[in-house]
Amino acid sequence: MNPLHLALRLLRRDWRAGELRLLATALVIAVASVTSVGFFTDRIERAMERQATEVLAGDLRIESNQPLPDTFIQEAERRQLQQASTLSFPSVILSKGATQLVQIKAVSDRYPLRGHLRVRDSVTSPESITSLLPGPGEAWLEERLLPLMGLAIGDTIKLGQSSFRISRIITYEPDRSANLFQLVPRVMIGLNDIEKTGLLGPASRVRHYLLVAGSPSQMSHYKTWLEQLNLSGIQIEDIRAARPELRLALEQGGRFLRLAAATAILLCVVAVALSSRRFVERQSDTSALLRCLGAKRRQVGQIFILRLLSLGVIASLVGVLLGLVVQALLIHLIGQWFTSQIPAPSAWPLVSGLITGILVLIGFSLPSILRLSEVPPLRVFRRHLGAPPISYRLFLGAAIISLGILLIWQIGDDLLASQLITGLLVGMAILLIVSRLLVHLLAPLRNRTAGSWRYGLSSLSRNPATTSVQLTGFGLGITVLLLLAIVRVDLLSNWREALPENSPNQFLINIQPGEVEGVRKLLIEGGIKLTGLFPMIRGRLISIDGHQVSLDDYDNPRAQRLSTRDFNVSHATYPQSDNKIVSGHWWSETEWNEPWFSVEQGLAETLGIPLGAELVFEVAGRKIAGRVASLRSVEWDSFNVNFFVVGTPGLMLDQPATYITSFYLADEKRHLLHRLIQTYPSITALDVTALMQQIRAIMDRGALAVESVFLFTLAAGLIVLYAGIQASHELRVQETAILRTLGLSRRRLVISALLEFSLLGGLAGLIAAVLASAISYSLANAVFNLPWQLNFSMWAIALLGGGLGVGSAGIIASWPLLNTPPLVVMRKM
Amino acid sequence: MLQTSSNQLPVTASGLMKFVETTEGRLDILQHIDLQVSSGEAVAILGASGSGKSTLLGLLAGLDEASAGEVRLFDTPLSSLDEDGRAALRAGKVGFVFQSFQLLSGMTALENVMLPLELAGHKSPEQAAKEALSQAGLAKRLHHYPSQLSGGEQQRVALARAFAPSPKILFADEPTANLDAHTGERVAELLFRLQEQSDTVLILVTHDEMLARRCDRRLYLREGRLEAEA
Repeated sequence: MNPLHLALRLLRRDWRAGELRLLATALVIAVASVTSVGFFTDRIERAMERQATEVLAGDLRIESNQPLPDTFIQEAERRQLQQASTLSFPSVILSKGATQLVQIKAVSDRYPLRGHLRVRDSVTSPESITSLLPGPGEAWLEERLLPLMGLAIGDTIKLGQSSFRISRIITYEPDRSANLFQLVPRVMIGLNDIEKTGLLGPASRVRHYLLVAGSPSQMSHYKTWLEQLNLSGIQIEDIRAARPELRLALEQGGRFLRLAAATAILLCVVAVALSSRRFVERQSDTSALLRCLGAKRRQVGQIFILRLLSLGVIASLVGVLLGLVVQALLIHLIGQWFTSQIPAPSAWPLVSGLITGILVLIGFSLPSILRLSEVPPLRVFRRHLGAPPISYRLFLGAAIISLGILLIWQIGDDLLASQLITGLLVGMAILLIVSRLLVHLLAPLRNRTAGSWRYGLSSLSRNPATTSVQLTGFGLGITVLLLLAIVRVDLLSNWREALPENSPNQFLINIQPGEVEGVRKLLIEGGIKLTGLFPMIRGRLISIDGHQVSLDDYDNPRAQRLSTRDFNVSHATYPQSDNKIVSGHWWSETEWNEPWFSVEQGLAETLGIPLGAELVFEVAGRKIAGRVASLRSVEWDSFNVNFFVVGTPGLMLDQPATYITSFYLADEKRHLLHRLIQTYPSITALDVTALMQQIRAIMDRGALAVESVFLFTLAAGLIVLYAGIQASHELRVQETAILRTLGLSRRRLVISALLEFSLLGGLAGLIAAVLASAISYSLANAVFNLPWQLNFSMWAIALLGGGLGVGSAGIIASWPLLNTPPLVVMRKM
Repeated sequence: MLQTSSNQLPVTASGLMKFVETTEGRLDILQHIDLQVSSGEAVAILGASGSGKSTLLGLLAGLDEASAGEVRLFDTPLSSLDEDGRAALRAGKVGFVFQSFQLLSGMTALENVMLPLELAGHKSPEQAAKEALSQAGLAKRLHHYPSQLSGGEQQRVALARAFAPSPKILFADEPTANLDAHTGERVAELLFRLQEQSDTVLILVTHDEMLARRCDRRLYLREGRLEAEA
């Protein structure tokens, strides 16, 4: 016998008979939800990697303070790589008798190779993407230069020996974002115009850049070629880190998406477990017959396992195809954000979809299916002999292992996965206990009630195993659906609220102590809501617990960078509203004079600063020492002013400081910013509106993407409902036929079925509300870091929705039985 | 009762007992059954409903284990074999016909007949199945599903399935009970024709005296004991 051959034939038979449709549908939904999210996040992550290269305006940036050798360009051309040149240097522009220090950037044709420039044609016109560059004799200026020098579009500025007409305002250049807080305003001109300015003398502080772009393998080979030259004074950069603010927003979005996929998986495994149980009941005859005809137990097992795996592969492939379609829609939703083209899907999500399908089957179907090989052959004579009861140890073991692998793998977050699994297991245990209690409590009621009530109650209590399975299935299903509702409504809106419409979009830095009150007054009079003006002290960390801080102590590039640069240290009496103390404590009023610091948690981890460590900073040549009294988490994506290190007022108050503030400036109030810069020319204003719009767009579209994936969860919920009702189908077919033959009216049968299922659904809904509240509390606190509140209306909705939903679904499922002549049913029995 | 050397007998049972423990004590279903069936012999076991006929059939076919006593098929004591060993003994050598046909509903007539052939490792199961169906008069019904066949046709498919692997023993449990008299007669004719052609041992459980009369021997199961025809 060829078991595979036979298994495939039986599979075809099952499909025709509709035996496996429920199981297959649950699998298709699980795989489709996983693969759509997998394909989607895979493509977005690779697009992000590509977009990260925008920080350099190319895939590779070669930088030197000397003109770069022509061989670099020649080699790039030989390798058919795109290339563009830029140079940058500080200089002074003159106009209307005033001078201003600026950063000149001269760019060649084809700049930027990655990303786009964004400009405005006038102060009031909208921002637009352009592929043009400043023409001969033209200069594009950063907006803040206009009020600073009283300039307007069309005016002329003098740079060295040449004059340039201001033709546009430059609002965004991709390679500028790497240094968002560049202090000196930008002027961009064409590279061909640079020579006639006469500014490129031997002593000029020019940085020369060559930007190169191409395919990853081309770039890798070119980079290797460059490195082999071993030239000194040349830096090669291919940074792959996007801006942290955007990455945070995308990561949060990704986490929601994966949670959505996880909820769909959770529901699907419930449906798979329920439908497998029914499959075993319905396939017991086949198993007995095969044994009777001489098949060994192992052969019967092989046939059913191969049948299951074949189904798994086919359903998973269908799921993968569906996932591909859905991810294309998701990409369509969010893809516009990406300036570069999103890479095509890779093969990995396809493989992971197939693995998911098989894992779901192994964890939730195999332990049931294995029972089929244990059906006694004598069943051919005695139909009451069925498969032995499932081993709970085997079932739980397989379920926990496969669900653990699936969730940790899919969510990529051990904490979230373990919380979901624990929640599910606790939920299952509670539901099983309650269902047993229910059966126990209902049994005596059967004799004290009459009519439909009696039949309805007896249906629940006469078969404890089926009632337990149904209540557990409905309960878990409703729990996950409630979680979906909470996550969709509460968590998503909370996420969006994390960056409300009036989040700060302007930063003012370099405010001198004497200007603080004036700036505050001007902004408040202009109707601006200020969170405060914060002191900013430049200081270098020189030792941690007496150990000199040195670049050589760190392998991590970020730590190396931090160890050599100046920090902006502040002092405060109270922590910022978006800061959270994670260890130690913030100083009280009586402790304001203690020599203490509070350090941002990420910085502390990177540099290895423990709580209680003694830090020494060098500020303006003086050493400031203090102990780390607390570690803080900071919401960097809130756009509030925040500092890595904050000291007590007593420790830092006397140090030389400038001030910084951030605030929200509506478009119609931009004149206020111009007035402020004219009044206080030394203040630097930074506009992050474009960056915030990008983040907001990601959040909005991300929310839409999450909601789209939740449709899978909804579909999976319906499958659970159907599978739960089908769990008692066989028994119901027989009983309905007998009761109708004995003369029970259809009306009474409908009422008894309604009572039975409504009671089950209502109770499942109530328990589910308790479970969902507990799990969402845990998720909001530990994973998403969002506020949570008890939602009593959800409890009422769960109770009524469960009762009505399951009740009506039960009636709909029972309807064909009520309309089939009893004789037809009896003949089939 | 036929007395032959046991090593030549396809089926023997000695001191066979089956009882179950209930809350009211031990319930004897079968008591001290002795039976020998020779090659090619057709034996009918008659009895009232609940007399234990199907239980006896299950024990003789190795589908169930006896509480006491022994069954030997082809001189192999079934008690010496585990479930899988008994299944291996049945494969290709033992056929079954059931009252409720027991056809797999999603398989065609041909596929149903091929099933035991494949399990027995037959070299050309399709060809053998077609021949068996042809002998059963169903050459034109090869690709019909059970639901597309009448009751009589379904039972004929079941007979084709039972005889296709050329079994040495055929156990039949009320093969005509679900059929009308006329169809039952045609099925019975086919059953005995095939049995004679293949020289198969037939052990037939029935309550139909007419059907039983076509057998070489009739045995009655009364109060758990097997009695020869008076």
